[in-house]
Amino acid sequence: MASEYTTTEYIQHHLTNAQMCSVNGEIAFNKACSGSGFWVLHVDTMAWSIGLGILFLWFFRSVAKKATTGVPTKTQAFVELVVDFVNDNVTSTFHGKSSLIAPLALTIFVWVLLMNLMDLVPVDVLPAIAGMVGQYGFGMDPHDVYMKAVPTTDLNLTFALAMGVFILILFYSIKMKGISGFVKELTMQPFGHWAFIPVNFILETVTLLARPLSLALRLFGNLYASELIFILIATIGLFQLPLHFAWAVFHILVLPLQAFIFMMLTIVYLSLASEDH
Amino acid sequence: MNMNFTMIGQLIAFAVFVAFCMKYVWPPLLAAIEERQKTIADGLEASARAEKDLELAQAKATDQLKEAKAQAAEIVEQAKKRANQLVDEETQRGHAEREKIIAQGYAEIEAERNRVKEDLRKQVAALAITGAEKILAREIDAQAQNDIVEKLVAEL
Repeated sequence: MASEYTTTEYIQHHLTNAQMCSVNGEIAFNKACSGSGFWVLHVDTMAWSIGLGILFLWFFRSVAKKATTGVPTKTQAFVELVVDFVNDNVTSTFHGKSSLIAPLALTIFVWVLLMNLMDLVPVDVLPAIAGMVGQYGFGMDPHDVYMKAVPTTDLNLTFALAMGVFILILFYSIKMKGISGFVKELTMQPFGHWAFIPVNFILETVTLLARPLSLALRLFGNLYASELIFILIATIGLFQLPLHFAWAVFHILVLPLQAFIFMMLTIVYLSLASEDH
Repeated sequence: MNMNFTMIGQLIAFAVFVAFCMKYVWPPLLAAIEERQKTIADGLEASARAEKDLELAQAKATDQLKEAKAQAAEIVEQAKKRANQLVDEETQRGHAEREKIIAQGYAEIEAERNRVKEDLRKQVAALAITGAEKILAREIDAQAQNDIVEKLVAEL
Protein backbone atom coordinates (compact mmCIF):
# COMPACT_ATOMS: atom_id res chain seq x y z
CA MET A 1 0.00 0.00 0.00
CA ALA A 2 2.86 2.29 0.89
CA SER A 3 3.84 2.94 -2.71
CA GLU A 4 0.58 4.63 -3.48
CA TYR A 5 1.00 7.25 -0.75
CA THR A 6 3.41 9.95 0.12
CA THR A 7 5.02 9.23 3.46
CA THR A 8 2.89 11.81 5.25
CA GLU A 9 -0.30 10.46 3.78
CA TYR A 10 0.76 6.93 4.62
CA ILE A 11 1.37 7.81 8.26
CA GLN A 12 -1.82 9.80 8.50
CA HIS A 13 -3.79 6.99 6.96
CA HIS A 14 -2.42 4.55 9.49
CA LEU A 15 -3.17 6.84 12.39
CA THR A 16 -6.77 7.54 11.50
CA ASN A 17 -9.58 5.54 13.00
CA ALA A 18 -12.46 4.17 11.01
CA GLN A 19 -15.30 6.44 11.98
CA MET A 20 -19.02 5.95 11.93
CA CYS A 21 -21.66 8.55 12.54
CA SER A 22 -25.16 9.54 11.71
CA VAL A 23 -25.61 12.33 9.14
CA ASN A 24 -29.19 13.47 8.47
CA GLY A 25 -30.59 10.24 9.89
CA GLU A 26 -28.37 8.02 7.74
CA ILE A 27 -25.28 6.14 8.80
CA ALA A 28 -22.14 7.69 7.37
CA PHE A 29 -18.48 6.79 7.54
CA ASN A 30 -15.06 8.42 7.87
CA LYS A 31 -14.67 11.74 6.06
CA ALA A 32 -18.39 12.37 6.06
CA CYS A 33 -18.23 12.44 9.84
CA SER A 34 -15.90 15.43 10.09
CA GLY A 35 -18.78 17.68 11.11
CA SER A 36 -20.41 15.37 13.61
CA GLY A 37 -18.39 16.51 16.61
CA PHE A 38 -18.86 14.28 19.62
CA TRP A 39 -21.28 11.80 18.10
CA VAL A 40 -18.74 9.75 16.20
CA LEU A 41 -17.92 6.12 16.87
CA HIS A 42 -14.50 4.60 16.15
CA VAL A 43 -15.64 1.34 14.60
CA ASP A 44 -12.19 -0.24 14.48
CA THR A 45 -11.39 0.54 18.11
CA MET A 46 -14.78 -0.74 19.21
CA ALA A 47 -14.59 -3.90 17.11
CA TRP A 48 -11.05 -4.89 18.05
CA SER A 49 -11.38 -4.08 21.74
CA ILE A 50 -14.72 -5.81 22.16
CA GLY A 51 -13.55 -8.73 20.06
CA LEU A 52 -10.43 -9.14 22.16
CA GLY A 53 -12.44 -8.67 25.35
CA ILE A 54 -14.83 -11.40 24.30
CA LEU A 55 -11.88 -13.61 23.32
CA PHE A 56 -10.43 -13.14 26.81
CA LEU A 57 -13.72 -13.80 28.59
CA TRP A 58 -14.62 -16.74 26.37
CA PHE A 59 -11.22 -18.36 26.90
CA PHE A 60 -11.16 -17.85 30.65
CA ARG A 61 -14.83 -18.78 31.02
CA SER A 62 -14.38 -22.02 29.07
CA VAL A 63 -11.48 -22.93 31.34
CA ALA A 64 -13.39 -21.87 34.45
CA LYS A 65 -16.34 -24.06 33.50
CA LYS A 66 -14.15 -27.13 33.19
CA ALA A 67 -11.87 -26.18 36.07
CA THR A 68 -10.93 -29.20 38.11
CA THR A 69 -9.51 -29.09 41.59
CA GLY A 70 -7.36 -32.10 40.80
CA VAL A 71 -4.54 -32.24 38.30
CA PRO A 72 -5.12 -29.34 35.88
CA THR A 73 -4.76 -29.46 32.12
CA LYS A 74 -2.02 -27.32 30.61
CA THR A 75 -4.56 -24.72 29.54
CA GLN A 76 -6.02 -24.56 33.00
CA ALA A 77 -2.55 -24.35 34.52
CA PHE A 78 -1.78 -21.39 32.26
CA VAL A 79 -5.02 -19.62 33.14
CA GLU A 80 -4.47 -20.33 36.81
CA LEU A 81 -0.97 -18.91 36.50
CA VAL A 82 -2.43 -15.62 35.28
CA VAL A 83 -5.20 -15.64 37.89
CA ASP A 84 -2.75 -16.44 40.66
CA PHE A 85 -0.37 -13.71 39.48
CA VAL A 86 -3.15 -11.12 39.56
CA ASN A 87 -4.47 -12.44 42.86
CA ASP A 88 -1.03 -12.20 44.47
CA ASN A 89 -0.69 -8.60 43.37
CA VAL A 90 -4.16 -7.71 44.59
CA THR A 91 -3.84 -9.36 47.99
CA SER A 92 -0.42 -7.87 48.60
CA THR A 93 -1.57 -4.34 47.74
CA PHE A 94 -5.26 -4.08 48.56
CA HIS A 95 -5.79 -4.72 52.25
CA GLY A 96 -9.52 -5.07 52.39
CA LYS A 97 -12.16 -7.46 51.29
CA SER A 98 -13.62 -6.82 47.91
CA SER A 99 -15.01 -9.21 45.37
CA LEU A 100 -14.62 -6.56 42.67
CA ILE A 101 -10.95 -5.53 42.78
CA ALA A 102 -9.43 -8.85 41.77
CA PRO A 103 -11.69 -9.56 38.75
CA LEU A 104 -11.30 -5.91 37.77
CA ALA A 105 -7.52 -6.24 37.89
CA LEU A 106 -7.63 -9.49 35.92
CA THR A 107 -9.87 -7.96 33.26
CA ILE A 108 -7.68 -4.88 32.94
CA PHE A 109 -4.46 -6.86 32.79
CA VAL A 110 -5.49 -9.46 30.22
CA TRP A 111 -7.66 -7.19 28.14
CA VAL A 112 -5.09 -4.39 27.93
CA LEU A 113 -2.36 -6.94 27.26
CA LEU A 114 -4.33 -8.47 24.38
CA MET A 115 -5.03 -5.03 22.92
CA ASN A 116 -1.38 -4.05 23.31
CA LEU A 117 -0.29 -7.25 21.59
CA MET A 118 -2.11 -6.08 18.46
CA ASP A 119 0.87 -3.73 18.19
CA LEU A 120 3.01 -6.70 17.17
CA VAL A 121 0.88 -7.46 14.11
CA PRO A 122 2.80 -5.95 11.18
CA VAL A 123 1.41 -2.45 10.64
CA ASP A 124 0.25 -2.99 7.06
CA VAL A 125 -1.48 -6.34 7.38
CA LEU A 126 -4.81 -5.39 8.91
CA PRO A 127 -5.24 -2.06 7.05
CA ALA A 128 -4.46 -3.88 3.79
CA ILE A 129 -7.02 -6.58 4.47
CA ALA A 130 -9.57 -3.95 5.44
CA GLY A 131 -8.74 -1.98 2.30
CA MET A 132 -9.25 -5.02 0.09
CA VAL A 133 -12.52 -5.88 1.81
CA GLY A 134 -13.63 -2.28 1.29
CA GLN A 135 -12.48 -2.21 -2.29
CA TYR A 136 -13.82 -5.53 -3.52
CA GLY A 137 -16.66 -6.03 -1.08
CA PHE A 138 -18.17 -2.58 -0.99
CA GLY A 139 -16.61 -0.87 -3.99
CA MET A 140 -14.87 1.78 -1.92
CA ASP A 141 -11.62 3.56 -2.59
CA PRO A 142 -9.12 1.68 -0.37
CA HIS A 143 -7.69 5.05 0.60
CA ASP A 144 -10.96 5.79 2.32
CA VAL A 145 -10.90 2.59 4.35
CA TYR A 146 -9.26 3.14 7.71
CA MET A 147 -8.17 0.48 10.14
CA LYS A 148 -6.28 1.32 13.29
CA ALA A 149 -5.96 -2.08 14.82
CA VAL A 150 -4.36 -1.29 18.21
CA PRO A 151 -7.25 -0.12 20.40
CA THR A 152 -4.93 1.20 23.12
CA THR A 153 -3.56 3.80 20.68
CA ASP A 154 -7.01 5.39 20.76
CA LEU A 155 -7.36 7.97 23.52
CA ASN A 156 -11.05 7.17 23.74
CA LEU A 157 -10.31 3.68 24.93
CA THR A 158 -7.61 4.56 27.44
CA PHE A 159 -9.78 7.34 28.81
CA ALA A 160 -12.74 4.99 29.02
CA LEU A 161 -10.67 2.61 31.13
CA ALA A 162 -9.39 5.46 33.27
CA MET A 163 -12.92 6.81 33.67
CA GLY A 164 -14.08 3.42 34.84
CA VAL A 165 -11.28 3.33 37.39
CA PHE A 166 -12.02 6.94 38.41
CA ILE A 167 -15.69 6.15 39.01
CA LEU A 168 -14.60 3.24 41.21
CA ILE A 169 -12.17 5.52 43.07
CA LEU A 170 -15.02 7.89 43.86
CA PHE A 171 -17.31 4.99 44.73
CA TYR A 172 -14.81 3.40 47.13
CA SER A 173 -13.87 6.74 48.68
CA ILE A 174 -17.49 7.51 49.50
CA LYS A 175 -18.32 3.95 50.48
CA MET A 176 -15.41 3.64 52.93
CA LYS A 177 -15.27 7.16 54.35
CA GLY A 178 -18.76 8.46 53.78
CA ILE A 179 -19.49 11.66 51.91
CA SER A 180 -18.36 13.82 54.84
CA GLY A 181 -15.13 11.86 55.18
CA PHE A 182 -14.45 12.18 51.48
CA VAL A 183 -15.15 15.93 51.54
CA LYS A 184 -12.94 16.28 54.59
CA GLU A 185 -10.15 14.43 52.79
CA LEU A 186 -10.45 16.86 49.90
CA THR A 187 -10.51 20.00 52.05
CA MET A 188 -8.60 19.36 55.28
CA GLN A 189 -5.43 17.85 53.80
CA PRO A 190 -2.54 18.41 53.75
CA PHE A 191 -3.06 21.51 55.97
CA GLY A 192 -5.51 20.81 58.78
CA HIS A 193 -6.81 24.34 59.28
CA TRP A 194 -10.02 25.92 57.96
CA ALA A 195 -8.12 28.86 56.48
CA PHE A 196 -6.38 26.48 54.08
CA ILE A 197 -9.55 24.89 52.75
CA PRO A 198 -9.35 26.50 49.28
CA VAL A 199 -5.67 25.63 48.92
CA ASN A 200 -6.27 22.12 50.17
CA PHE A 201 -9.18 21.66 47.82
CA ILE A 202 -7.16 22.73 44.80
CA LEU A 203 -4.24 20.48 45.75
CA GLU A 204 -6.37 17.44 46.51
CA THR A 205 -8.53 17.86 43.43
CA VAL A 206 -5.44 17.98 41.25
CA THR A 207 -4.16 14.86 42.99
CA LEU A 208 -7.47 13.11 42.48
CA LEU A 209 -7.83 14.05 38.82
CA ALA A 210 -4.19 13.37 38.04
CA ARG A 211 -4.73 9.69 38.72
CA PRO A 212 -7.13 8.78 35.89
CA LEU A 213 -5.48 11.33 33.61
CA SER A 214 -2.03 9.83 34.11
CA LEU A 215 -3.44 6.30 33.74
CA ALA A 216 -5.05 7.13 30.41
CA LEU A 217 -2.21 9.21 29.02
CA ARG A 218 0.55 6.79 30.06
CA LEU A 219 -1.01 3.85 28.28
CA PHE A 220 -2.00 5.92 25.27
CA GLY A 221 1.35 7.67 25.03
CA ASN A 222 3.41 4.50 25.20
CA LEU A 223 1.34 2.60 22.70
CA TYR A 224 0.82 5.52 20.33
CA ALA A 225 4.54 6.21 20.29
CA SER A 226 5.49 2.60 19.69
CA GLU A 227 2.88 2.27 16.94
CA LEU A 228 4.15 5.47 15.36
CA ILE A 229 7.70 4.13 15.38
CA PHE A 230 6.48 0.91 13.77
CA ILE A 231 4.81 2.96 11.04
CA LEU A 232 7.89 5.11 10.57
CA ILE A 233 10.07 2.03 10.29
CA ALA A 234 7.66 0.73 7.68
CA THR A 235 8.39 3.74 5.47
CA ILE A 236 12.12 3.25 5.08
CA GLY A 237 12.16 0.44 2.56
CA LEU A 238 14.06 -2.81 2.73
CA PHE A 239 15.96 -2.09 5.95
CA GLN A 240 12.73 -2.10 7.86
CA LEU A 241 12.93 -5.85 8.42
CA PRO A 242 15.73 -5.99 11.02
CA LEU A 243 14.50 -2.76 12.58
CA HIS A 244 10.98 -4.10 12.84
CA PHE A 245 12.31 -7.21 14.45
CA ALA A 246 14.39 -5.32 17.00
CA TRP A 247 11.56 -2.94 17.83
CA ALA A 248 9.10 -5.84 18.16
CA VAL A 249 11.44 -7.74 20.47
CA PHE A 250 11.71 -4.63 22.60
CA HIS A 251 7.93 -4.54 22.79
CA ILE A 252 7.72 -8.04 24.15
CA LEU A 253 8.86 -6.23 27.29
CA VAL A 254 6.98 -2.96 26.86
CA LEU A 255 3.52 -4.31 26.07
CA PRO A 256 3.03 -6.57 29.10
CA LEU A 257 4.73 -3.96 31.26
CA GLN A 258 2.20 -1.31 30.28
CA ALA A 259 -0.68 -3.71 30.95
CA PHE A 260 0.87 -4.58 34.30
CA ILE A 261 1.39 -0.92 35.24
CA PHE A 262 -2.22 -0.09 34.40
CA MET A 263 -3.44 -2.99 36.53
CA MET A 264 -1.07 -2.25 39.41
CA LEU A 265 -1.90 1.46 39.53
CA THR A 266 -5.61 0.66 39.43
CA ILE A 267 -5.18 -1.56 42.49
CA VAL A 268 -3.03 1.04 44.25
CA TYR A 269 -5.47 3.87 43.57
CA LEU A 270 -8.45 1.84 44.74
CA SER A 271 -6.48 0.75 47.78
CA LEU A 272 -5.67 4.38 48.59
CA ALA A 273 -9.31 5.35 48.04
CA SER A 274 -10.62 2.73 50.41
CA GLU A 275 -8.12 3.40 53.20
CA ASP A 276 -9.06 5.75 55.99
CA HIS A 277 -6.27 8.16 56.73
CA MET B 1 -6.94 12.71 18.03
CA ASN B 2 -10.49 13.53 18.87
CA MET B 3 -12.52 12.47 21.84
CA ASN B 4 -15.94 11.23 20.93
CA PHE B 5 -18.75 8.83 21.57
CA THR B 6 -16.32 5.90 21.35
CA MET B 7 -15.32 6.65 24.92
CA ILE B 8 -18.85 6.07 26.18
CA GLY B 9 -19.09 2.87 24.18
CA GLN B 10 -15.78 1.64 25.56
CA LEU B 11 -16.81 2.54 29.08
CA ILE B 12 -19.94 0.43 28.73
CA ALA B 13 -17.95 -2.44 27.21
CA PHE B 14 -15.41 -2.19 30.04
CA ALA B 15 -18.14 -2.29 32.67
CA VAL B 16 -19.79 -5.29 31.03
CA PHE B 17 -16.49 -7.17 30.77
CA VAL B 18 -15.62 -6.52 34.40
CA ALA B 19 -19.08 -7.56 35.53
CA PHE B 20 -18.90 -10.77 33.50
CA CYS B 21 -15.42 -11.53 34.78
CA MET B 22 -16.53 -10.87 38.34
CA LYS B 23 -19.56 -13.12 38.07
CA TYR B 24 -18.53 -16.00 35.82
CA VAL B 25 -14.76 -16.12 35.45
CA TRP B 26 -13.01 -15.16 38.65
CA PRO B 27 -14.95 -17.11 41.32
CA PRO B 28 -14.75 -20.61 39.78
CA LEU B 29 -11.07 -20.22 38.87
CA LEU B 30 -10.08 -18.93 42.28
CA ALA B 31 -12.23 -21.56 43.97
CA ALA B 32 -10.46 -24.27 41.98
CA ILE B 33 -7.05 -22.85 42.89
CA GLU B 34 -7.89 -22.53 46.56
CA GLU B 35 -9.46 -25.97 46.67
CA ARG B 36 -6.33 -27.46 45.17
CA GLN B 37 -4.13 -25.51 47.56
CA LYS B 38 -6.14 -26.95 50.42
CA THR B 39 -5.86 -30.47 49.01
CA ILE B 40 -2.10 -30.10 48.63
CA ALA B 41 -1.76 -28.66 52.13
CA ASP B 42 -3.80 -31.56 53.51
CA GLY B 43 -1.69 -34.03 51.58
CA LEU B 44 1.53 -32.52 52.87
CA GLU B 45 0.19 -32.56 56.39
CA ALA B 46 -0.88 -36.18 56.04
CA SER B 47 2.52 -37.16 54.71
CA ALA B 48 4.22 -35.37 57.60
CA ARG B 49 1.93 -37.17 60.00
CA ALA B 50 2.62 -40.52 58.33
CA GLU B 51 6.34 -39.87 58.59
CA LYS B 52 5.99 -39.14 62.28
CA ASP B 53 3.88 -42.27 62.73
CA LEU B 54 6.50 -44.30 60.94
CA GLU B 55 9.19 -42.88 63.22
CA LEU B 56 7.13 -43.72 66.26
CA ALA B 57 6.48 -47.23 64.99
CA GLN B 58 10.16 -47.74 64.29
CA ALA B 59 11.07 -46.52 67.76
CA LYS B 60 8.45 -48.81 69.22
CA ALA B 61 9.71 -51.77 67.19
CA THR B 62 13.26 -51.09 68.36
CA ASP B 63 12.07 -50.91 71.94
CA GLN B 64 10.16 -54.14 71.62
CA LEU B 65 13.12 -55.84 70.01
CA LYS B 66 15.34 -54.71 72.85
CA GLU B 67 12.79 -55.90 75.37
CA ALA B 68 12.43 -59.23 73.63
CA LYS B 69 16.20 -59.66 73.60
CA ALA B 70 16.36 -58.84 77.27
CA GLN B 71 13.59 -61.32 77.98
CA ALA B 72 15.29 -64.01 75.93
CA ALA B 73 18.54 -63.40 77.79
CA GLU B 74 16.69 -63.63 81.08
CA ILE B 75 15.01 -66.85 80.03
CA VAL B 76 18.32 -68.36 78.99
CA GLU B 77 19.83 -67.25 82.29
CA GLN B 78 16.95 -68.79 84.20
CA ALA B 79 17.24 -71.99 82.22
CA LYS B 80 20.94 -72.19 82.98
CA LYS B 81 20.28 -71.59 86.62
CA ARG B 82 17.58 -74.22 86.67
CA ALA B 83 19.86 -76.66 84.89
CA ASN B 84 22.60 -76.02 87.43
CA GLN B 85 20.10 -76.42 90.18
CA LEU B 86 18.91 -79.70 88.69
CA VAL B 87 22.45 -80.94 88.34
CA ASP B 88 23.13 -79.97 91.96
CA GLU B 89 19.96 -81.64 93.15
CA GLU B 90 20.75 -84.81 91.22
CA THR B 91 24.27 -84.82 92.51
CA GLN B 92 23.04 -84.40 96.04
CA ARG B 93 20.46 -87.11 95.58
CA GLY B 94 23.12 -89.37 94.10
CA HIS B 95 25.30 -88.69 97.10
CA ALA B 96 22.43 -89.41 99.43
CA GLU B 97 21.65 -92.59 97.56
CA ARG B 98 25.22 -93.66 97.73
CA GLU B 99 25.34 -92.94 101.44
CA LYS B 100 22.12 -94.84 101.86
CA ILE B 101 23.35 -97.81 99.84
CA ILE B 102 26.64 -97.81 101.67
CA ALA B 103 24.82 -97.57 105.01
CA GLN B 104 22.57 -100.44 103.97
CA GLY B 105 25.59 -102.45 102.97
CA TYR B 106 27.18 -101.74 106.30
CA ALA B 107 23.96 -102.68 108.07
CA GLU B 108 23.66 -105.89 106.08
CA ILE B 109 27.27 -106.69 106.73
CA GLU B 110 26.71 -105.94 110.43
CA ALA B 111 23.61 -108.15 110.49
CA GLU B 112 25.46 -110.95 108.73
CA ARG B 113 28.31 -110.66 111.15
CA ASN B 114 25.96 -110.72 114.09
CA ARG B 115 24.22 -113.75 112.67
CA VAL B 116 27.51 -115.45 112.01
CA LYS B 117 28.62 -114.49 115.51
CA GLU B 118 25.42 -115.95 116.95
CA ASP B 119 25.88 -119.12 114.92
CA LEU B 120 29.43 -119.29 115.98
CA ARG B 121 28.47 -118.72 119.58
CA LYS B 122 25.81 -121.42 119.37
CA GLN B 123 28.20 -123.83 117.74
CA VAL B 124 30.84 -122.95 120.30
CA ALA B 125 28.26 -123.52 123.05
CA ALA B 126 27.28 -126.82 121.53
CA LEU B 127 30.93 -127.62 121.12
CA ALA B 128 31.56 -126.65 124.72
CA ILE B 129 28.70 -128.73 125.88
CA THR B 130 29.91 -131.62 123.80
CA GLY B 131 33.37 -131.01 125.09
CA ALA B 132 32.15 -130.83 128.65
CA GLU B 133 30.06 -133.99 128.17
CA LYS B 134 33.09 -135.70 126.82
CA ILE B 135 35.25 -134.31 129.60
CA LEU B 136 32.87 -135.41 132.24
CA ALA B 137 32.50 -138.67 130.33
CA ARG B 138 29.28 -139.27 131.89
CA GLU B 139 25.65 -138.76 131.27
CA ILE B 140 24.50 -135.62 132.85
CA ASP B 141 21.10 -134.44 133.15
CA ALA B 142 20.88 -132.05 130.29
CA GLN B 143 17.86 -130.66 131.89
CA ALA B 144 19.66 -129.91 135.14
CA GLN B 145 22.66 -128.40 133.41
CA ASN B 146 20.69 -126.35 130.95
CA ASP B 147 20.84 -123.19 133.04
CA ILE B 148 24.63 -123.46 133.15
CA VAL B 149 24.73 -123.88 129.41
CA GLU B 150 22.41 -120.93 128.96
CA LYS B 151 24.64 -118.93 131.19
CA LEU B 152 27.67 -119.94 129.18
CA VAL B 153 26.00 -119.11 125.94
CA ALA B 154 25.12 -115.67 127.29
CA GLU B 155 28.66 -115.10 128.36
CA LEU B 156 30.10 -115.87 124.98
